[in-house]
Amino acid sequence: MASATAEAPAPAPEAPIQSFTVTLIIRRFDPETMDEPIWQDFDVDMFPTDRVLDALHKIKWEQDGTLTFRRSCAHGICGSDAMRINGRNRLACKTLIKDLDISQPIYVEAIKGLPLEKDLIVDMEPFFESYRQIQPFLIADSKPKGGKERIQSVAQRERFDDTTKCILCAACTSSCPVFWTDGQYFGPAAIVNAHRFIFDSRDEGSQVRLDILNDKEGVWRCRTTFNCSEACPRGIEVTKAIAEVKQAVLRGKA
Amino acid sequence: MTTVPLPNTRPARRGVNWEKWGWLYMRVSGVLLVVLIFGHLLVNLFLGEGVKAIDFAFVAGKLADPFWIVWDLLLLWLALIHGSNGMRTLVNDYAHGRLRKVLLGALLVSTIVLLVLGTLVLTTFDPCIGDPASTGLQELCEAQ
Repeated sequence: MASATAEAPAPAPEAPIQSFTVTLIIRRFDPETMDEPIWQDFDVDMFPTDRVLDALHKIKWEQDGTLTFRRSCAHGICGSDAMRINGRNRLACKTLIKDLDISQPIYVEAIKGLPLEKDLIVDMEPFFESYRQIQPFLIADSKPKGGKERIQSVAQRERFDDTTKCILCAACTSSCPVFWTDGQYFGPAAIVNAHRFIFDSRDEGSQVRLDILNDKEGVWRCRTTFNCSEACPRGIEVTKAIAEVKQAVLRGKA
Repeated sequence: MTTVPLPNTRPARRGVNWEKWGWLYMRVSGVLLVVLIFGHLLVNLFLGEGVKAIDFAFVAGKLADPFWIVWDLLLLWLALIHGSNGMRTLVNDYAHGRLRKVLLGALLVSTIVLLVLGTLVLTTFDPCIGDPASTGLQELCEAQ
């Protein structure tokens, strides 16, 4: 009985997973000691399954504890660790090292267009301010028809499904060249979240939101460069959502 | 008890929404310009003798036909306003304060000057101006 296992040839010891050295060049800024940000490079030993966030952790825990960045869930849901990786806005926790070209150094910097506070941290307040302006909550003052619920069909729910996925990481807004110029533009994220309510059949405030987005700094500043759609870590078709809001403004209704 | 202000208490906007109409204009004129510009290029550069046919007489011949006058007027106005509106958005993006005012003013003036000049040429064009012998329209002009 027991010999059956003993007789079987011992399984070859698994080949150790090959690790490799990756160079990260990180844009550092300390407001207390520096006038201008500087680029600093770090060498870290990584496995193919590691993400950019793991590399940042390794640096912070083993090499330089002053490295500052935001992260919370580390699984692409909380939206804390959006940053510019090799010139593209990505979530550090969803970007695998092996998907980047590791023969070259990996450049990591804070997202653009928002005030830099320290290292990879920016002041998100202007971003949330425009988010608040579009009134991102259900406005429904009327009594629901025939009962306690506002019933919605599958098709009605499907209409705005894409824009419910937003995690407010600011990757889209901080990839938008119009937002970079003066930061006055509402930005893709605010418009996406307005879209989520404008096309919600239960909501009655879409006219208010359309009026807000029909402003000088509203949807008309969008130049359809598709940077936002490319940057979105949730795969939201941001530019399409903005175009739908534009059409709704022109028609005067959702 | 604290009271929460009603949402959207911003004052209603007055006057024309230029951003909206500007955006719509770009889309509509863009579609028309595709037809107008490619029609223009096809007739001038490709059909008949091709690019070699273009000289003073060729242009004079086109402008003798009201169809081409309307075509060119549309092309002039749609394209020039399309272009200057695009420049306006760029200026609004990248220039601030006094510089923005100066650039927008210069843009407006140059656009109006070009529109007026172009319209004047198209509507008052005289093929027999100057020396008819040098333009190859001698017969036509003597007949007049």
